[in-house]
Amino acid sequence: MAVKGMIVINEELCKGCGRCIPGCIKNLIILGRHINSHGHHPAVFYDFENNCSGCFTCATNCPDIAIEVFKDDGKEEE
Amino acid sequence: MKKVFSRPKSLTKIPFHYCAGCDHPIAHRLIAEIIDELEIRERLIAVWPIGCSVMGDKYFDLDSILASHGKAPAVATGVALGRLTNPDVLIFTYQGDGDMVSIGLGEIIHAANRGELFTAFFINNAIYAMTSGQMAPTTVVGQKTKTCPLGRDPKVHGYPIRMCELLQTLLTPAYIARVALFDAKHINKAKKAIRKAFQFQMDGKGFSFVEIISACPTNWKAKYPECREFIKEKMLPVFPLKEFKTFQIDNEGEKNV
Amino acid sequence: MKKPVFMKGNEAVIEGAIAAGCKAVLGYPITPSTEGLEYAVKRMRQIGGIAKQMESEAAVSHALYGAGAVGIRAMTITSGPGFNWMHDAVDYMATSEVPTNIIDIMRGGPALGNIAPSQSDVRSAKGGANGDYRTIILAPSSVQNLADFTFLAFELADKWRNPVFVLGDGMLGQMKETLILPEPITELPEKPWRLSGAKNRPPNKFIPFDLNPAGLEAINKKLDRKYNQIKETEIRYEAINIKKPDILVVAFGLVARIIKSVIKEAEKENLSIGLIRPITLWPFPDEVINQAAERTNKILVVEMNMGQIVDDVRLAVNGKTPVKFYGRAGGLITTTEEITEKIKEVLNIVKGEVQR
Repeated sequence: MAVKGMIVINEELCKGCGRCIPGCIKNLIILGRHINSHGHHPAVFYDFENNCSGCFTCATNCPDIAIEVFKDDGKEEE
Repeated sequence: MKKVFSRPKSLTKIPFHYCAGCDHPIAHRLIAEIIDELEIRERLIAVWPIGCSVMGDKYFDLDSILASHGKAPAVATGVALGRLTNPDVLIFTYQGDGDMVSIGLGEIIHAANRGELFTAFFINNAIYAMTSGQMAPTTVVGQKTKTCPLGRDPKVHGYPIRMCELLQTLLTPAYIARVALFDAKHINKAKKAIRKAFQFQMDGKGFSFVEIISACPTNWKAKYPECREFIKEKMLPVFPLKEFKTFQIDNEGEKNV
Repeated sequence: MKKPVFMKGNEAVIEGAIAAGCKAVLGYPITPSTEGLEYAVKRMRQIGGIAKQMESEAAVSHALYGAGAVGIRAMTITSGPGFNWMHDAVDYMATSEVPTNIIDIMRGGPALGNIAPSQSDVRSAKGGANGDYRTIILAPSSVQNLADFTFLAFELADKWRNPVFVLGDGMLGQMKETLILPEPITELPEKPWRLSGAKNRPPNKFIPFDLNPAGLEAINKKLDRKYNQIKETEIRYEAINIKKPDILVVAFGLVARIIKSVIKEAEKENLSIGLIRPITLWPFPDEVINQAAERTNKILVVEMNMGQIVDDVRLAVNGKTPVKFYGRAGGLITTTEEITEKIKEVLNIVKGEVQR
C-alpha cells in the first residue's frame, strides 16, 4: 500500500517565494491567485489523487516554516 | 497521521521578518533543529550581528547578546570566560558577510587562531543586504551592486575574499566547512555540517566554522529560481562547497569530504 | 594591620582587582600601562583566573562586554590611544547595563602623543561614543589609590551595572610606593541577569537596540533615572581648607597631590590655599564646589591638560567667582613652583601682599 502523506500550508506565514514548488517531484504545489493579509500569493497544495508521500522536501525548502507535513502511520485519524 | 515536519522547539513562534526566499530563516531553522536534537538549548548563548539578522535573538529561545558590527568573535571570546563559573556553556556566533569579512575580519581571524571554543556561522550572500545592496568583500567579479554599479572589477575592488580558505591557513581551527541551502539535498548536507560543528565544540575540540552560501532575492533583484542559478553558476566556482582539511582533522586521521 | 607591600602602580591595579574578585584581565600592550597586563599574566595563573592578550583594544573591549554579560568580574588596563578604541564597546555596555572596569593610565596626547604622564583623557572617558550614556570615573592620586579605587570600581560597576573607569596617569602607573592591599572580598554579588544558558528560566538578553523610537526613549529614560541615582549617592571628593581660603584650587589625581605640597609651602608665606580634589570626575562634586565658591575670591583649576575638568568647575561655580586655569600638556608635570607662581599671579600678589 502506497504511503499516504499530506501537507498543511499556513497561508499567513507563506510569503509566496515559491521555493517549495520545484522540490515537489509530484508537482502538488502551485502559487495561489489570491493574496494573504500581507499581500503575498501563498502556496497552495492540490492532491486530488492522493500522491503526496510525506517526503517533506517542500517543508525543508520553506524559509518561513509555513508547511507542516503529515504521514500515514497506519493509525486512525483523530 | 503522524506529523513528520514542524517548527523546531528552540524557535519562538514569531514569524520571520526576512524577505521572501531569504536563506537566513532556513539557517535559523537548521540550527534550531540541531539544538533540539542535541538537547543543548539550555546550555547555549547566542551572539548576534549587525545585519539582517540583528533581530535573530527574537526567533530563538536562547540567552543572547547583540554584538557591535564585526565584533561577535570578540564578544564570544568574553562570553567564553563564563566557563569559569559555568563550564557547561556552549556558544555560537552568527554573522553576515559585511559583519564578518569586512569590519570584523580581524576579530574572526584572531578568535579562530586562538582556538576560542565557539561555533561561528557565516551567512555569505555576497552583498550588504540590511543597508540595501552595497558591495560586500564576497561580492563576485561582475556582480552589480549599489557601490559597484558596473559590476565588481578586480582592478578597482580586488577579488572576493574566501573565508574558509583564509581560515584554513591557520593551524588552530578544528572544523571548517562551506555549505549551501539552495535545494533540499544541500539543506540536508548543511544540517549535517552544523551538527558536526556543534559536536566539535561540545567535545572541546576547538573552534568550528560553517560558511553558508545564501541568496538575497531582494538585493540581487531576482526571484528565487534565478537566485539559485546565480549561486550555482557564479558563486560556487568561487566558493566551493566542502569540508576543509584542518590541522586537527589531519592529525587525528579523520577523513575529509 | 596588614603588612605593607611596595609595588608599581600598574601592579597595584591588578592587586586591587584580584582583591575584588576579578578573574579575568584582558589587554593589549601599550605604554605606560603594559606592566599591568604582564603582572596579570603571572597573577591570574596563580589564582586560577585568565589573563589574555588579544589582537587589539577594540577586541579587548568587546570581549569585556561578553565577559560582563556572563557575570565575570573582568577588566583591562590601557592608555589613551588604546582607550580610544574602547568607546564603542563601552557604549554597548552602558546601554545594555553590563558592568565593566577599564583602567586608563593616561599619557601625553592627543593621538599617539608620547608616553609621559598627562590627564587629558577626561573628556574621552566621559563619553567618546554616540548617545546619552554616562560612565563613572574615579581619579587616583597614589599607588594606594590605584589599588583601592580599582577595588571600588568593581563594586560600583556591579552595583550599578555600568562601566566604571579609573583614570590614572603614567607617573602613578610607573612609580613604586608602599601600600596596604585591600581586604579580599569573600562573596560576589548574585547576578540573575547574566547569560548562562536559559535553564529553568526565560532567556536573558543584552540587545542595545530598539527600532521603535518610543521604546528607545524608554531605555534612555530608564538609564537617566539610574544616572540621577548615581549622582545622588556616589559623589566622592576630598576637601582641604575650604572654609575661607584666599584662593580655591580644584585639581584631581597626581596634580591634587602636588597641590597639597603647594598648600604646605604656601602656609609659610601666610597664603591660605584651599583644595577640592574630585575623586569622582563623574558624578562631579558640583555642590561642594558651588558652596565653596562663595567663600573665596578666586578659583584656579590646575590640570595636566589644556583644560578639561575646568569646564565642570565653571558649570558648578555658575558665575559666582572667577575661575582661572593653569595646565601643562604633552606629558609635562605641573611643578610646585609653577603652580605657586600662577596662584600668586591670579591673586595679584605684589610685594608679598595679597590684593583683596
